[in-house]
Amino acid sequence: MSNAATAKEPVAVVGVGQTKHVAARRDVSIAGLVREAAQRALEDAESTWAEIDAVVIGKAPDFFEGVMMPELYLADALGAVGKPMLRVHTAGSVGGSTALVAANLVAARVHRTVLTLAFEKQSESNAMWGLSLPIPFQQPLLAGAGGFFAPHVRAYMRRTGAPDTIGSLVAYKDRRNALKNPYAHLHEHDLTLEKVQSSPMLWDPIRYSETCPSSDGACAMVLTDRSGAARAPRPPAWVHGGAMRSEPTLFAGKDFVSPQAGKDCAADVYRQAGITDPRRQIDAVEMYVPFSWYEPMWLENLGFAAEGEGWKLTESGATALDGDLPVNPSGGVLSTNPIGASGMIRFAEAALQVRGQAGEHQVDGARRALGHAYGGGAQFFSMWLVGAEAPVG
Amino acid sequence: MSEPVRGPVREVAVVAFGQSEHVPDSAETSEVEMLMPVLHDVLAQTGRKARDIDFTCSGSSDYLAGRAFSFTMALDGVGAWPPIAESHVEMDGAWALYEAWVKILTGEADTALVYAYGKSSPGDLREVLTRQLDPYYVAPLWPDSVALAALQAQALIDSGITDARELAGIGARSRGGADADPGRRIVGPLRTGDCPPVVDGAAAVILAAGDTARRLVDRPAWIRGIDHRIEAHSLGVRDLTDSPSTRLAAERAGAFEAPVDTAELHAPFTSQEVVLRRALRLDAPGGTVRVNPSGGALAANPVMAAGLIRLGEAAAAIHRGASDRALAHATSGPCLQQNLVAVLEGER
Repeated sequence: MSNAATAKEPVAVVGVGQTKHVAARRDVSIAGLVREAAQRALEDAESTWAEIDAVVIGKAPDFFEGVMMPELYLADALGAVGKPMLRVHTAGSVGGSTALVAANLVAARVHRTVLTLAFEKQSESNAMWGLSLPIPFQQPLLAGAGGFFAPHVRAYMRRTGAPDTIGSLVAYKDRRNALKNPYAHLHEHDLTLEKVQSSPMLWDPIRYSETCPSSDGACAMVLTDRSGAARAPRPPAWVHGGAMRSEPTLFAGKDFVSPQAGKDCAADVYRQAGITDPRRQIDAVEMYVPFSWYEPMWLENLGFAAEGEGWKLTESGATALDGDLPVNPSGGVLSTNPIGASGMIRFAEAALQVRGQAGEHQVDGARRALGHAYGGGAQFFSMWLVGAEAPVG
Repeated sequence: MSEPVRGPVREVAVVAFGQSEHVPDSAETSEVEMLMPVLHDVLAQTGRKARDIDFTCSGSSDYLAGRAFSFTMALDGVGAWPPIAESHVEMDGAWALYEAWVKILTGEADTALVYAYGKSSPGDLREVLTRQLDPYYVAPLWPDSVALAALQAQALIDSGITDARELAGIGARSRGGADADPGRRIVGPLRTGDCPPVVDGAAAVILAAGDTARRLVDRPAWIRGIDHRIEAHSLGVRDLTDSPSTRLAAERAGAFEAPVDTAELHAPFTSQEVVLRRALRLDAPGGTVRVNPSGGALAANPVMAAGLIRLGEAAAAIHRGASDRALAHATSGPCLQQNLVAVLEGER
């Protein structure tokens, strides 16, 4: 590829906004929901609608709300009238992909300041059955996403010899972290590790308390160029690397435990950001963990642990909020899952960490953070690495 | 609105275009089967394999297939192994091309494969498209796409901008016949000749930057400018006889800086061609612009691919030397709500 890569404009996150995620926001329309997150992102950036040059919006399938291409109807609510508006859809990774498409508009100098937003109003439908596709698109007896992913969790346990207690440790940790995050959906104050371990088995080995909730929510960010960042009232988060990778849903050579697309995506981001030792150089990780066992699985896939060693990192407490590699200080997808927004929340929470704006779930001294999302049959990946300092060059 | 710091720094061209045969009903053919020959066609035109392409982006809509994540199956047809850098817009493929263009501008890619497909035959397209409308106030009334276009056509006739005879002429020219029979009435004032056929189809293009484009094709179709704009959704707050978003996109794409010789307009209804010609100033006195030499969307309108096909047809005209400077337009949403304009040029 050409050396034009060095001519990219640096991209800064100067505003982040989220709704308080809940099971059902019956008090607002879809437009009201997205407007709330966008308004908060603008307020954080001390920016106005007039300063936004373009809007990039993402969500997971339109069937969840029953609105085909809802960006058309949402143009007014997002101040997009008279502006360019793009709609991204890459399954569960969409929140991350949407942010990356928006970042590229700034990096390519097509626009200076871009509003990006992702949402899901899951209460308008039933995600469990929305994701249970009819035959011949999918095998029979695959109920929801859990039905698809449970066999791969089992494969991970068999392959690595991980004790069956690891998943509950992750769920307990993330739900405790969520108590420090005012926007998180689940605030289970009386949760204990024993309660997680004795919760009903849904898709063996995945228990009820090891699964994500269905949430209504939206997340928005204001992305801008170097001069926009100089005017920002609060410290920006700088994008040091971002990438997407995809592979087919099903084929004989696919490793569902540690997909090659995830490894390649992380490697590309680390190369862009100059990361050679992710375990030491990255201070916080917001990882897409919809079922608790995906924390140890992704720790390996993302290069934080050697193959077969991810569960040991989790078990050691390293991924706790006060550990040396905090994973999901916000409470993660296990505590909040408006599907289309979940990836963007990971990206936005990573930005909040390096801006020092994460409140009670702030990781002390976080300088570099990774935001991670995946979707489809663990086939679509999007990630970015953000830092407190502007990228060199 | 602020201006860019400086303009895009890379030259990007369309170097290959392919499309399927567009058929009314492809019950025997899956989306992947419809798409595969088109993908192989554009790759063959450039002598590339899927793995040689730096970035891939597609456009489609779950609602046509009637299932969530329908685009994931199409990806299987691309051959995404080893894993590829890939993205998807739930829009017409013209916007996938836009995303790919931006990606090349960042310098992270030198080549991009863009594809789009639409298979309307499993459902009733007119009813399916009602689900695009405001879900609280409009969609529950199920106003279909032809009825909404008819409102626009009637507004144009009422304001004296066009009449039934001109509309019939546009329909006849688009379909390549001298016969100006407007057909039977569908929703007044629209007749069958004013409305697009409902078809299944797919299309693909390959983009390349600078010298890579020059190596791949004799006469690249350089994207001199591309921009898109959206308008308010509610028909009640829009002047349906005008298209300010098209005009603004054309201005930003540099369409008015020099005359074009060819225009490929995504106007599914004859009345919409009238609106677009005015917004794009294609009827200037003494003008010789060829409008929709391909037949346009009135000849074949595979939903989600029809806009990308306009870009592809404009580029192909440049590739074969039939055009030096062409304008391509794509639309989305009811009554031309969202519009994209690109200006393509060949080296003279």
